[in-house]
Amino acid sequence: MSEEEVDQGRRRMLTVASAVTGGVGVAALAAPFVLSFKPSARARAVGAPVKVDISKVEMGSLLRVEWRGKPVFILRRSPAALATLPKVTEQLRDPESKKSIQPEFAQNDTRSLDPELVVLLGVCTHLGCAPAYLPEVGTPGADDELVAFLCACHGSKFDVSGRVFKAVPAESNLEVPPYRELGDGWLLIGDTSGAVA
Amino acid sequence: MSTGPSTQAPGRMARFGEWIDERLPVSSFWKAHVSEYYAPKNFNFWYYFGSLAMLVLVIQIVTGIFLTMNYKPSAAEAFASVEYIMRDVEWGWLIRYMHSTGASAFFIVVYLHMFRAMMYGSYRKPRELLWVIGMAIYLVLMAEAFMGYLLPWGQMSYWGAQVIVSLFGAIPVVGEGLAEWIRGDYFISDITLNRFFAFHVIALPLILLLLVVVHLAALHEVGSNNPDGIEIKKNKGPDGVPLDGIPFHPYYTVKDLVGTVVFLGVFFLVVFFAPEMNGLFLEHANFEPADRLKTPEHIAPVWYFTPFYAILRAVPDKLFGVILMGLAIALLFLLPWLDRSPVKSIRYRSPIAKLMLGLFALSFIGLGYFGLQPVTTVGTIASRLFTFVYFAFLLGMPWWSRLGTAKQEPERVTYESH
Amino acid sequence: MKATRFVAGLLATATALVLASQVHAAGDVGHIEQANNELENSASLQRGARNFMNYCVGCHALKYVRYNRLSEDLGLNEDQLKENLIFGADKANANVNRAMTSEQATKWFNAEPPDLSLTARSRGVDWIYTYLKTFYVDESRDSGVNNLLLAGSSMPHVLWELQGLQRAVYRNETVVADGGFTEEISVFDYFEPLKAGTLTPAEYDGFVRDTVNFLDYVGEPMKLKRQRIGLMVLGYLVALGLLLFALKKEYWRDIH
Repeated sequence: MSEEEVDQGRRRMLTVASAVTGGVGVAALAAPFVLSFKPSARARAVGAPVKVDISKVEMGSLLRVEWRGKPVFILRRSPAALATLPKVTEQLRDPESKKSIQPEFAQNDTRSLDPELVVLLGVCTHLGCAPAYLPEVGTPGADDELVAFLCACHGSKFDVSGRVFKAVPAESNLEVPPYRELGDGWLLIGDTSGAVA
Repeated sequence: MSTGPSTQAPGRMARFGEWIDERLPVSSFWKAHVSEYYAPKNFNFWYYFGSLAMLVLVIQIVTGIFLTMNYKPSAAEAFASVEYIMRDVEWGWLIRYMHSTGASAFFIVVYLHMFRAMMYGSYRKPRELLWVIGMAIYLVLMAEAFMGYLLPWGQMSYWGAQVIVSLFGAIPVVGEGLAEWIRGDYFISDITLNRFFAFHVIALPLILLLLVVVHLAALHEVGSNNPDGIEIKKNKGPDGVPLDGIPFHPYYTVKDLVGTVVFLGVFFLVVFFAPEMNGLFLEHANFEPADRLKTPEHIAPVWYFTPFYAILRAVPDKLFGVILMGLAIALLFLLPWLDRSPVKSIRYRSPIAKLMLGLFALSFIGLGYFGLQPVTTVGTIASRLFTFVYFAFLLGMPWWSRLGTAKQEPERVTYESH
Repeated sequence: MKATRFVAGLLATATALVLASQVHAAGDVGHIEQANNELENSASLQRGARNFMNYCVGCHALKYVRYNRLSEDLGLNEDQLKENLIFGADKANANVNRAMTSEQATKWFNAEPPDLSLTARSRGVDWIYTYLKTFYVDESRDSGVNNLLLAGSSMPHVLWELQGLQRAVYRNETVVADGGFTEEISVFDYFEPLKAGTLTPAEYDGFVRDTVNFLDYVGEPMKLKRQRIGLMVLGYLVALGLLLFALKKEYWRDIH
């Protein structure tokens, strides 16, 4: 039907080139739609670091604050409670916090900047319930002398540094959120700009 | 993409294809509607607008879904949620501008598509239903656009809806009750916004999609008209394929892709450089939140409604104005039966027909222009003149379409290969 | 074919006509001066932000704008932000709220000062620019001033110390009215300075221009970004268009 030969090579080359170029365009156009799912500026503003006054947190008492929609536990530990830390090591699943999430400064026994003050995400690492605080921790003779947090949902237990016990459903220690001390009894929770002592 | 018979043993892909075909008519559908759907080879640029209308529909649905994820259909939050999309949601501004530009683009494309049909007599036998279904699409599209325009809850959204809903109040006896029923309240309120939202995001798009499918089904039953207005099915080769027909794929797919890119060029030029289009696509007053105690100094509907709005304003009587405006749209449905010309295409029609169509286009644009402007004496006179021309074209069609001498239609379509 | 081209031309001309027509909701106002602000000028934007925080934010909020977005977009670091922009607020994530309460607004001005997040889009930059320049002394009003662009505006002339005070001078003009008969009307002619401000007229224009520039940015913070992306998108579409055009030509060689 045609006098000139159909140049199949050229036709295929143009088809492939158009398909590839068009594909790149479709992918580029899809990107804004996919990215629109990211936390918006408002979500980021709401989830911004939270400034907390810790000067009034008494020995042995727990302060609950909210950061990014999650409870954050701030606990001032008594010397008696801190004394349980070396005793409990044997019973823990991850005593050195190797498989747990925390800022670098908190990968130790106290899991905190200031040994006295521990900051933990109150979210059980099993299925996300909020564990209860047991204020008797460190009291000699108490039923659970070594347990500071007990998750009511599935019975996971954590020590006074939020480290998980063996033989409970949770597999890692309570997460320590990024935070830093601002001085004058203020703490900034959620600030990832690094620890300042 | 080879669909022809293969001489070799069927490969894995071919076997999978057969497995599918035995259960779902994929390849026969592809053949009937794409690779062996024969379209006239002499389409000119006016024939891009059908596929472009589908493209815009897809753009509107996709961007609309993403807007819905962040929009709040309540009087207290709607305006702020639009600004939230514009400022806080990543790329939200692009999605929103695509949707707002898409609305205007939809009407531009549809108006050109309709004008094409009028030029080449595409509504004439056997395509009467195709035209009527198309008009139904246009009607639903107007409802869709009108309800969507309330959602940003700006001053123009509010007062535009107020004016248009009040039009129903002009209907004798039931009017006021009807307007109240539409609003669900005594004024345009949160309740109205909420139900318009439901119509805009789900009810009307569903109807629109259904009508588009029916429109395409009707098109593929009768086949496309062409700029010469003659039936290619009259001249078939020995294989039953129209001599002047070419397979839609690949010829019109590659051609439509070129049209698509040109369209997207213009579309994104507006999206990125003039999303407000100087107040035509996004009206300035709509950047102020709705205030039911303060009417903007000058209210006009968005440009695509202004031809009809101008007709309404040209009539000094409320009820008659509404009737005339309704008639301006309703009469278009009857076009296939009003036209008595011996030939279809403007190419072969009498000079009178050419003049009438030109005047009609001019009056539509003129009405659109004056509908945007504040009321002036000159504007009202011109609007009345254009309204007269508009109706003279439609109501006079049974007479003027028979006047003058039409040229002889050719036997075969005119096409020069380039 | 000729008819098609004729109609196409007609459509194009008419479309151009419609597009060229101003549909700005300006109403019947006198002359509007061009602001000629430059969004690209970040120094001007920073000055404008400072002006806004010093003179406007007492009564006008920017409720859709966050301080940290301002600092990012305007190139201000945190210290500059605290020093120049945030007065009293200690949260960078907060929205730019005004100092005044609604009760105070009603008591002092008998009106609610509008949020200015979108004024540059609803009124236009030229309108704001002209508005801020056309306050004039009018003893009949509580605030002692009136505005040429927005007669009866409840806003006092907040910037009077900078601009000084001026008096509006009118002249009579004969016009042909709608019905064809002539009418004598009073038309604004020029401003007569009454009292000099701390800024020269040129400096004051610059001050207002910077402020308007800031409001222009605030109305659509992504404006410059969208234009940059737009150029890339259009460049891509030209490339894709050329390819597809070649492809179409190639296939259509089959058709005779």
